[in-house]
Amino acid sequence: MIDISESVMQFLLAFLVAGPLLGAVAALLPAPPGLKGKSPDQAVLRHGVTVTGAILVAAIVLALGFDHDQPSKMQATTDISWIPALDVRLHLGTDGISLPLLVLTALLTFLSALYSYSRPPTGPSPKAFVALLLVLESGTLATFAVLDLILFFLAFEMVLIPMYFLIARWGGGGRAEAAWKFILYTLLGSVIMLLGLLLIGIEAGTFDMVALATDNGRSLTTSVQVIAVLAIGIGLAVKTPMWPLHSWLPDAHTAAPTVGSVLLAGVLLKMGTYGFVRILLPAAPDGFRTFAPYLAAFAVVGIIYGSLACLALAGQGANGDLKRLIAYSSVGHMGFVLLGIATMTPTGVNGALFANVAHGLITGLLFFLVGGLKDRTGSTDLDTLAKEAGAALYGRAPRLGALFAFAAVASLGLPGLAGFWGEMLALFGAFEPAEGLSRPAFLTFMAIGAFGTLLTAAYLLVMVRRVCMGAVPQDAPALTDVRLREFAAWTPLVVLTVVAGLWPKALLGLTDPAVQQLLSGGTR
Amino acid sequence: MSSLVQSVDWLAIAPPTIAAVVGLVVLVADLFVGETRKPLLGWFSVAGLAAATLMLLPLLDADRSTFCLVGDTGVCSYTADRFTLVIQFLVLGGALLAALLSVTALKDEGKRLPEGEYWFLFLSSAAGAALLPASRDLATLVVALEVASLPAFALVGLRHGDRKSSEAALKFFLSSVTATAVSLLGISFVYAATGTLHLTLVAERIQTVDGQLHTLAQTGVVLTLVGFAFKTAAVPFHFWVPDTYVGAPLPIAAYLSVIGKAVGFSGLILVTVVALPSYADVWGPALAVLAALTMTVGNVGALRQQTTRAYSAVRLLAWSSVGQAGYLLVPIAAAAYSDDAEKSIGATLAYALMYGAVNLGAFAVAALVGRAHRLNRVADYRGLYASNPLTALLLGFFLLCLAGLPPGIIGLFAKVTVFAAAVDAGLGWLTVVMAVNVVIALVYYLQWTALLFRAPEGRPVRHRLPAPLTAAIALTGVIGIALSGAPQLVLRFTDTGLF
Repeated sequence: MIDISESVMQFLLAFLVAGPLLGAVAALLPAPPGLKGKSPDQAVLRHGVTVTGAILVAAIVLALGFDHDQPSKMQATTDISWIPALDVRLHLGTDGISLPLLVLTALLTFLSALYSYSRPPTGPSPKAFVALLLVLESGTLATFAVLDLILFFLAFEMVLIPMYFLIARWGGGGRAEAAWKFILYTLLGSVIMLLGLLLIGIEAGTFDMVALATDNGRSLTTSVQVIAVLAIGIGLAVKTPMWPLHSWLPDAHTAAPTVGSVLLAGVLLKMGTYGFVRILLPAAPDGFRTFAPYLAAFAVVGIIYGSLACLALAGQGANGDLKRLIAYSSVGHMGFVLLGIATMTPTGVNGALFANVAHGLITGLLFFLVGGLKDRTGSTDLDTLAKEAGAALYGRAPRLGALFAFAAVASLGLPGLAGFWGEMLALFGAFEPAEGLSRPAFLTFMAIGAFGTLLTAAYLLVMVRRVCMGAVPQDAPALTDVRLREFAAWTPLVVLTVVAGLWPKALLGLTDPAVQQLLSGGTR
Repeated sequence: MSSLVQSVDWLAIAPPTIAAVVGLVVLVADLFVGETRKPLLGWFSVAGLAAATLMLLPLLDADRSTFCLVGDTGVCSYTADRFTLVIQFLVLGGALLAALLSVTALKDEGKRLPEGEYWFLFLSSAAGAALLPASRDLATLVVALEVASLPAFALVGLRHGDRKSSEAALKFFLSSVTATAVSLLGISFVYAATGTLHLTLVAERIQTVDGQLHTLAQTGVVLTLVGFAFKTAAVPFHFWVPDTYVGAPLPIAAYLSVIGKAVGFSGLILVTVVALPSYADVWGPALAVLAALTMTVGNVGALRQQTTRAYSAVRLLAWSSVGQAGYLLVPIAAAAYSDDAEKSIGATLAYALMYGAVNLGAFAVAALVGRAHRLNRVADYRGLYASNPLTALLLGFFLLCLAGLPPGIIGLFAKVTVFAAAVDAGLGWLTVVMAVNVVIALVYYLQWTALLFRAPEGRPVRHRLPAPLTAAIALTGVIGIALSGAPQLVLRFTDTGLF
């Protein structure tokens, strides 16, 4: 859109990865004079806002400087040799697939920092909180920006320790166990993924993702591809999470602090699906084709399972926790993403990438709202909140109630909002899967997935009814409605949800050419 | 007939020789130095080890050999090639760090540890360990192994009037001597079958062994390996480790965890890759199984440690060192299957250098905390961040390096090279076992790390940092962080010729 010289673009992308790390180190040091603020805690939280804000600005400038006429071309690339012995290169770059995710990550982290500034996390000193948040941001941004398999693994691992501590130190009930579950599951997955990455790298003779995509699996035998896809797929599926490897997610979400949940759902889960699109589809297409029907089958089971679990949690007397409910809904939504990828068609993969971003926006907003609700009422337990009649949010805090209802209907895929396009395209893709995949099987998956959207609508509407509606009891304590700072943190998500819903081309125009190129083998 | 008098390349043999000579000088000087001046012996030994390490520098330009067979050029008993220099650097550098820990430990123990004897034994063992990677015949190899081990038994049991210490020494001694006897028997079998002790000649002649001697040669190979497996504390020869580490003075435990391992696996590499490449189908699978067992037993043992048990920190490090030995064995086993054995061995060297630095760093912090908390329980580390933030951050970094997770980037890359060697060799099952082990290991490393940052119970005890400990912690920390930024520094050994 605007013309920015290549070297500035390179710097911006490198800054996205390195900037938060430097910020994390600075957060641990004492504040310099003049920036001390009212108290050390306030100073460090403000530091977090400043750094993530700078990163967001850099990401937006990068998106503006991105050549939108050639989204399939890697842009802002840096390629420096780092460890010649392992053939690891500091290869960074962004195209139409990763750019939206970079901006989404920068945005959600900034909003999280802003939210923490207005509501400091309950727990030990916020100094470490801010430092960990920044390391987490660096790791996720690096995952989307690197173009080297080993660096991808490094970035993938980098988020584990910060997230572990965010859950274990600032979380709610059952946090220690949930944090362990999170880190052990994902570590086991990612170490197995490493085996697959090494296998691909050693057999193909390069760890470079661009070279591997161009090669399109030609230098890998089918058996190597099958093993590699299995190993890498398990690692990514744990992260995504795919049913039946999802069981760490509900616990982690329930125990994590609000900001942790937002980033976990909004950004970390995307690392898994991004890996499927960026690495597996182009580098090992034959192996992927072998597993695509199974992936699709697991995906639709996940859709149904997630929805049924949510329905069970949403019912009266089920002791359902709102955060746990949204976590299970994530399993369902990520099922659509995986279904789209498994079709191996441009339509399906575009839908998957769209659903990825939409889920990040909507679920991020939902977790923020639930966090806000918890701050006000002290509970996220649906039965405690709603009692018999309903929590009557419309009556007691109309704006909060309206936002909540908005996020819920966006999540159920109301046409005109972001949640709609991704899931529809994923189902479309399943209607006509790529050559070599069984069409009857995918038609069945499509039918089941479509049924899943009905279930999704059902539980979200039940949730809205129980949280937002009902008569206002006489003796109910007053609830503060949405505060200005909260508005500031939530408005961007609302706006983007509407924009993406009404103008999907903004996003699809970016992803489509890149996806076409990846599926057809690097060079078109 | 040429002269029987050989010219000795003194420069090539300088590193182990300096260590040995300084040891002798300290022993003699101990007789003449007054009580108040005893600490000087320690500093003199530290300087000697530093000098020995520095003497590796002039050897970098080219491979050197000495003590060669007269007439048969190219067959030598002592070779200073790249492999030798890397291991010597690990051994002497590691000994230097352990010596820094010892200076403080000796001061704290006062009369219970005799200084002169301590330093003499310490330097002798280091000299033997430095000689070992350079030896290229089986006799020198065994002599070096024993020079490295015998003083170590004495060091473990050196504490006067400590029953635990002498019991540990006895345990260590008996099991070690048995293993040595077994491997001597093996070497004699190999000698009987081939008629030579030189490794390169063994490698040539064992391929054309008389059919009748085949069983003898094979038995010899297996028995020889047993001895070296013991030194690396490979399962099932590991049971002496935890008790020995707890019973020994802490710097000696640190010394054994790095130098003891280096001795074991470098001997193993020489015997397998250099002397018996044609028997790869025997030792390859054996080492792979050994590696899998070792890492599993070590990590499960470490996992079972209760944080409140006495000496649990040292015990945990001891078990974890058994687990780490398993990872070290993986590339050696992979060398049997791969076309480029030196590349695999390079992965072991890279991993060992990383492990040496961060494990000694962890021991240095343990030595620091052990000064205030005699029992050195893992629970005593709770709240270390509140009292000594930098030390706690460094210990966290060391532990995460051992676990192989960022921010311990060098640990991650060292693991990646080990994995790569195994994947390259097609040892799929071993990589999966190792993957599971990495996860098990994370539990206890991360538990400990998390404890450092918890709020302290009661008032935090601020640990005063004596200069030698500070130096050791700072040095290992700087090495670890520098390597995390530039892993190529150690990983390049996977890329270059070693022998």
